Amino acid sequence: MSDASINASRAYEDEASFGDYFALLKPRVMSLVVFTALVGLLAAPVSVHPVVGFCAILFIAIGGGASGALNMWWDADIDKVMKRTKSRPIPAGKVEAGEALAFGLALSGLSVIMLALAANVFAGAFLAFTIFFYVVVYTMWLKRATPQNIVIGGAAGAFPPVIGWIAATGTMSVEPWLMFLLTFMWTPPHFWALALFMRSDYDDAGVPMLTVTHGRRSTRIHILAYTVLLAVLAVDTAFSGIGGPLYLAVALVLNALFLHGAWKITRRDEDDSEADNFKVERSFFKLSLLYLFLHFGAILAEALLKPYGLGGW
Amino acid sequence: MALRKEHEIHKRRSGLNKGVGILLAAFVVLIMALTMVKVTSASFKFPDAQGKQN
Repeated sequence: MSDASINASRAYEDEASFGDYFALLKPRVMSLVVFTALVGLLAAPVSVHPVVGFCAILFIAIGGGASGALNMWWDADIDKVMKRTKSRPIPAGKVEAGEALAFGLALSGLSVIMLALAANVFAGAFLAFTIFFYVVVYTMWLKRATPQNIVIGGAAGAFPPVIGWIAATGTMSVEPWLMFLLTFMWTPPHFWALALFMRSDYDDAGVPMLTVTHGRRSTRIHILAYTVLLAVLAVDTAFSGIGGPLYLAVALVLNALFLHGAWKITRRDEDDSEADNFKVERSFFKLSLLYLFLHFGAILAEALLKPYGLGGW
Repeated sequence: MALRKEHEIHKRRSGLNKGVGILLAAFVVLIMALTMVKVTSASFKFPDAQGKQN
């Protein structure tokens, strides 16, 4: 076999598949976007035609995926350093950075225009702002500049329920912002718990996570502080237009568990964590996933029960 | 050089091409369904005909 044919067969092995392009959209993040946007759309006090609603959620999801592709384009250099991200399509050599840029820009344009046509211009404009916020404000600016990167940047991940609400109503009100705040306040403890047990990743990549810039003790205290604020907000939301008795019950149980987890994290030192391979931090991180899913699930349940006279107060 | 009818590249990229084809077909169906919903909704109004203005 000649050198040329060996090189060619290697190049073919590295060729991008359909799945590689799909992976550029960050499917896991997209599933969160789909779910929270759907809750925002269904919790709105208006009925939406199922086809219009489906299109709205689809294009919000594509917009979220597009911003993921643009994030991977910009962060290709640090993705190849971090264990968690080095198998992504660009660092793995499956997709060229330029291709990811073109893919992300094309899908951004498509999603914004289609959402504006399917739902309303306000929703399309808000999706465009969200993509801008995630790509420019978070990825290009804050992520490598400040340990508060995920606090402010977390707003981008919190916008989908607001977009879903606007897609349904064409207007803004307090309720979608409560859903925004729920995700916004949840993001820091969720990511800082991850940063505690993925320590070397962020160190190696030079990303100024709180664990790197302010130390791990300070990060643990920050987790508790944000969890307390989150708990107050999450329970208060029960008494708003999107809350109700079911949501209140869910919020009380989950916030008690979350506060307990944050308290345990604060009380631990590094030796304890190293000894059990960050068991408490890992379980807090897993709980955080369930926490957000069940809060939004409860908001959805309240909205779906309302036509039967059961949801809300 | 022109590609043979069954070039190796066709097999290699078959998955990607089929995926893109299915997505494009789904997009066409979706746009059609959305158009039907929009034009049959109560709030839909046809724009004034060109001839009517003249």
